[in-house]
Amino acid sequence: MSEAPLLLEARDVAKRFDSVVALKAASLQVRPGEVHGLMGSNGAGKSTLVKIITGVYPADGGQIFVKGAVRSFRSPAEARRAGIVSVYQDPALVPDLTITQNMGLAGAPVDAVRKWLAELGVARLDFSLLVRDLPDPTLRLIDLARALAWEPAVLLLDEITASLPADLSEQIYAMVKRWRERGNAVIFISHRMAEVSALCDRATVLRDGVTAGVTERAQGSEERIVALMLGAETARAVASAPSTRATRQRADDAQPALEVRGLRCAPQVNDVSFKLYPGEVLGIAALEGQGQEELFDCIAGSRRFDEGAIVARGKELRLRHPADAIAAGIVLVPANRLVALLQQRPIPENIALPAFGRIRNWGPIRIREERTRVASAIGRLQIDTRAGSELRRLSGGNQQKVVIARWLASGFDILLCFDPTRGIDIGTKRQIYALVREIAAAGSAVLLFTSELPEIPLACDRAVVLFGGRVVAEMPVSEADEATLLRSAHGLAPSVEASS
Amino acid sequence: MSEPSKTIFSRVVVGITGSGFVSLLRTRTIVALILLLLALVAGIQLARPGTVNAIWISNMMLFAAPLGIVAAGQTLVMLTGGIDLSVASVATASAYLMATHSGLGVALAILYGLGVGFVVGLINGTGVALLRVQPLVMTLGTGLMTEGMLVVYSQKKIGEAPRVPQFIEDLGAGKFLGGIPNDLIVWVPIAIILIFVLRRTGFGRLLYAIGDNSKACTLAGIRVWRILLLNYVTCGILAAVAGLIIVGGTDSAELRLAEVYLLPSVAAVIIGGTSIFGGRGGYSGTIVGALILTVLNSILTLLDVPESVRQILYGAIILLLAAAYTRLTE
Repeated sequence: MSEAPLLLEARDVAKRFDSVVALKAASLQVRPGEVHGLMGSNGAGKSTLVKIITGVYPADGGQIFVKGAVRSFRSPAEARRAGIVSVYQDPALVPDLTITQNMGLAGAPVDAVRKWLAELGVARLDFSLLVRDLPDPTLRLIDLARALAWEPAVLLLDEITASLPADLSEQIYAMVKRWRERGNAVIFISHRMAEVSALCDRATVLRDGVTAGVTERAQGSEERIVALMLGAETARAVASAPSTRATRQRADDAQPALEVRGLRCAPQVNDVSFKLYPGEVLGIAALEGQGQEELFDCIAGSRRFDEGAIVARGKELRLRHPADAIAAGIVLVPANRLVALLQQRPIPENIALPAFGRIRNWGPIRIREERTRVASAIGRLQIDTRAGSELRRLSGGNQQKVVIARWLASGFDILLCFDPTRGIDIGTKRQIYALVREIAAAGSAVLLFTSELPEIPLACDRAVVLFGGRVVAEMPVSEADEATLLRSAHGLAPSVEASS
Repeated sequence: MSEPSKTIFSRVVVGITGSGFVSLLRTRTIVALILLLLALVAGIQLARPGTVNAIWISNMMLFAAPLGIVAAGQTLVMLTGGIDLSVASVATASAYLMATHSGLGVALAILYGLGVGFVVGLINGTGVALLRVQPLVMTLGTGLMTEGMLVVYSQKKIGEAPRVPQFIEDLGAGKFLGGIPNDLIVWVPIAIILIFVLRRTGFGRLLYAIGDNSKACTLAGIRVWRILLLNYVTCGILAAVAGLIIVGGTDSAELRLAEVYLLPSVAAVIIGGTSIFGGRGGYSGTIVGALILTVLNSILTLLDVPESVRQILYGAIILLLAAAYTRLTE
């Protein structure tokens, strides 16, 4: 098989975190002088594999070979000595130290870093500046220059271009190509399909912790990568596609429950417009960091936006506090349930919390009335309260249900659900989606973001795709199969699909 | 780094206090604290037989009341995860202003005193709730400013000497029905109202909720600043009330009158089981905490223990209980 000796090989690497299996059997073969793409949807195990290769985590199974010899690194420093250096997703620099001090901290040769920075187009940078005073793109370049200064044989770049403007991305592509020409290898992780197909010689696709396949650069490799990322999942999702859903007839002049017009919240949200009708579940599909989190925050009143309008039932809202949104009937189930819950307080207090936003409820609590309201919400969501009175004793899924129960108990018109099933078991997932459908059937409107694309056809009536803070596609659920969503979410024109 | 050391520390604590007591502290905090209080009373009776009698008990209540009232405000603030270091200065200023206005009649004079608490509380609340200044920094600052302004005021007001009205004197030092301290007439209603507010009202719920997770409250549509503002004002007024009782007991409005109450007010709350991070605790624990501190003081005075030893003991008790409580939350 192998003509040239491999620079780096991962063979059947496995890793589990408690009960969650992150990697089952991931394999990767990197030759000298190639740029190797590592692809996969959210949670496929890309970052875990990178961290095992560079010694951040120990592997539970499988082997890592460097230049043909079995190695297992116990720390990134050890991996670095073997010529493997990674630039992680977030800049690994201490904000309160100067650049020079940061380089000293990592033991990086300052002169070499300076040289590589100059090559990257940052010639005059004062190294006595504090890192916290530098803009984010500069930090990424410093991170990269530091990695290059160690002259790695294998350079791993984890989504390095995600937060960079186009001109700086070009600089990085040029550097990656130069590194390849020196006979080194670059492992390039990115969500941007166009970038990967332009830059990478080959690409390994991970799906659910397993290597799904390896593609060579050729015509139609993009399509093949998408197919590999999807795998048999597509079939499953299509098979269980919504059948219970009654196709509601909507009059053209029906008033939307919520209308977002030209919303801009720099720099993440650039131009988002959509309408959400009563009785409808509108799905938002997007890769990580395409402005969806900020969009939800703006609608929920916890973030101010720069331009545009948010209109509920024909009235433009002035949203200065979540209380304003709640008063207009808009409630949020946030991405991170920890921020929404009182960990040390009992379940009923967590559910009853929003009632006390009104000053007239600051007085004596009508205990019996509260108990009834809370009990009915707990019953409707089938929250398992056996684990104890304090909320922190509940499982993740039950905690998530408490957040939803809170809004069921207080009432709402529009439910914003941000990735409500993240890190939740299948059974609870089903319950949550059934509940979302039930809420819509009762006449409320639901805006749902999920990081798991196959879930969109399961729960939604319509889907909107965000990319780079803009709406790039809108489709009824009948067309929102995972392949189409994935393609749009990567910023590829949907027309590609028409030809296939 | 801090995790293992905490565990070792609490293990030492268990060794000293016995794990039975710690687990009692966990399940029935108030019972454990009352047992501790009774143990102290038994100790004093053993060391100086005959000390514990009706008069001694009545005196303990009399002395504990002002501390209990300052610590009431402190409990409210600490439940939200804050602290009020201006309470002693507020109490002193309240007493002093009341005393220098006693010519206007008792009622107006008292209003002057309470006004100090309201104003300083409002400033603290504005700083903490609206300008988001750290409570410790904010109240330390306003406390120092109040103290300084009081000095200036006392120098300018030489003509009108402070005088403590008879009514205040009776309130702070008198007893009725053969031994019930008058200041309980103030303390007991405050205690009942506070315990009710914390357990059974929306305002009380919100104090715990904010102390647990202020961000979650905002997301649930609660304008947190309103609660905090009201809370710091209440704390200021309670400190002012305590100041009036203290000056009634000493009968002379001095510029450092209530200074000694600052740290005990925090200590009573911590001993009573309210977490310094907020979200847990309550006022009944603080009441017992205030009684424990008062009895302890009495023991040390009776035994003629030097001030330095007294401070060491004081600190040790707070540390031991605080460590026992950290075990509860692990």
